[in-house]
Amino acid sequence: MQKSEVVVVGAGPAGLTAAHELLKAGAEVTLIDRNASLGGQLIKQTHKFFGSEKQYAAHRGIDILERLTENLIPYERFHLLSETTVVGFYHDKVLTCLKDDRYFKLQADSVIFATGASEHSIPFENNDLPGVYAAGAVQTLMNEYGIKPGQRVLMVGSGNIGLIVSYQLMQAGVDVAAVLEASERIGGYLVHASKLRRLGVEIRTNMSIKSAIGEAHVEAAEAWRLDEDWQGIEGSEERYDVDTICIAVGLSPLTELLEQAGAEVEYISELGGNVPVLKDYETTIEGVYACGDLANIEEASSAMVEGRIAGIRAAQALDYTVENAEMRLKALDDELVDLRSGPPGDNVRRGLKKMEGLT
Amino acid sequence: MRIKNHPILSFDGRETIPFYFNDKLYYGVEGDTIASALVANNVKALTSSLHLERPRGFYCAIGNCASCNMVVDGEPNVRTCITPLKKDMRVYRQKGRGRLHAKE
Ligand SMILES: Cc1cc2nc3c(=O)[nH]c(=O)nc-3n(C[C@H](O)[C@H](O)[C@H](O)COP(=O)(O)OP(=O)(O)OC[C@H]3O[C@@H](n4cnc5c(N)ncnc54)[C@H](O)[C@@H]3O)c2cc1C
Ligand code: FES
Repeated sequence: MQKSEVVVVGAGPAGLTAAHELLKAGAEVTLIDRNASLGGQLIKQTHKFFGSEKQYAAHRGIDILERLTENLIPYERFHLLSETTVVGFYHDKVLTCLKDDRYFKLQADSVIFATGASEHSIPFENNDLPGVYAAGAVQTLMNEYGIKPGQRVLMVGSGNIGLIVSYQLMQAGVDVAAVLEASERIGGYLVHASKLRRLGVEIRTNMSIKSAIGEAHVEAAEAWRLDEDWQGIEGSEERYDVDTICIAVGLSPLTELLEQAGAEVEYISELGGNVPVLKDYETTIEGVYACGDLANIEEASSAMVEGRIAGIRAAQALDYTVENAEMRLKALDDELVDLRSGPPGDNVRRGLKKMEGLT
Repeated sequence: MRIKNHPILSFDGRETIPFYFNDKLYYGVEGDTIASALVANNVKALTSSLHLERPRGFYCAIGNCASCNMVVDGEPNVRTCITPLKKDMRVYRQKGRGRLHAKE
């Protein structure tokens, strides 16, 4: 069986920074990602970042990514397995991987999971018609492959993702008919909402999608007004002539691999649903860590900090000396506190409190 | 529908890649996945649901959801949203679970 001292699964912002810290400390690291290109969700983020100054708030996701990957290349003990999907994980830290239709096993002393999250869908009539796409998927299509999903889009969800993807659709020359928001308030940051409004895109609160219309693909959408209990009001339907419906209603962590190996998972809605039970980023299996969106749905900025912390912790557990470890861990913790301060961080702070209560 | 003018990104100068979808010749470009090349050609239905055989398009585009599974060079259940497009690939819309060495 092939061996690698450390395996990092997922090359998004969290996995890349975790790998970097481990390599700096002297460990051997194999970084695995099912995609051909590294960067996870960062690949397609053409907008300037929300997040703190320190975490490159003024830079575009795609530029941040370049720096993160360049960091890894000089290390001799760095191995990259791209276009490789991890399909199995066992508690003795054996991973089953699939590359080019071939399965192989990999034994590690320590494993860091940074697999990110998957986007939700919501129930409505015909929600499986081609043309109903997750918002992140539309972003991938446009910004990674240069392809428009359609001519005219109805966006469902006004969190940061819904707002940003709507803006990027307009940039790509796709019309956004409206953004629907089920609650009475816009979910995302005001800056993103005002940018959209300036382009003439309406954000309609207390509204949701009722159905997609079409036979072989989306030809129109029907929206309706919601009452206080978020139930659709008969008679309030409005039709939008769109060929694409974009769903931006949240993400759930990809915990399956950790669960296969028996790591404990708890439902904490503030963190994004089922999340691995963590103490200092270590799961309930010794030597197995989780960070980034997998640990709690947040932002690339916090994912990068979490990756560093998990990497340092894992290096220390393997008896590597990390220079100025205590000072650096303290500084990284402070950065997270900073990123999570203020009202947008309320949810995560509450969720993490619950997590502390578990461990 | 490829993006022509974009304030930040440029997708110019990429080589054309011929491939077959349901035995008809199509073109994608270097850097495409199978799914992205099909969507660029306005092909939206990639597979069909297991029981009612309703048409399905991609959903997540990052390999999470299996709603883009197609038959590629005789192999069923290929997640076309993360599989790079290669010259002369033969791609078929998948029906149901897929059989090995089948066309659809
Ligand atoms: C549309 C959208 C817009 C966003 N905009 C912003 C923004 O402006 N600012 C901001 O700070 N945050 C933003 N975010 C959030 C940010 O992208 C995420 O919080 C961040 O990318 C999480 O990083 P991660 O490393 O945990 O996971 P990801 O970036 O999701 O990376 C996970 C990686 O793991 C790989 N992977 C998963 N499973 C496997 C497996 N089994 N085998 C092999 N590889 C696997 C995936 O291919 C992927 O590359 C946005 C998110 C979305 C969806
Ligand atoms: S669209 Fe989800 S796996 Fe391909």
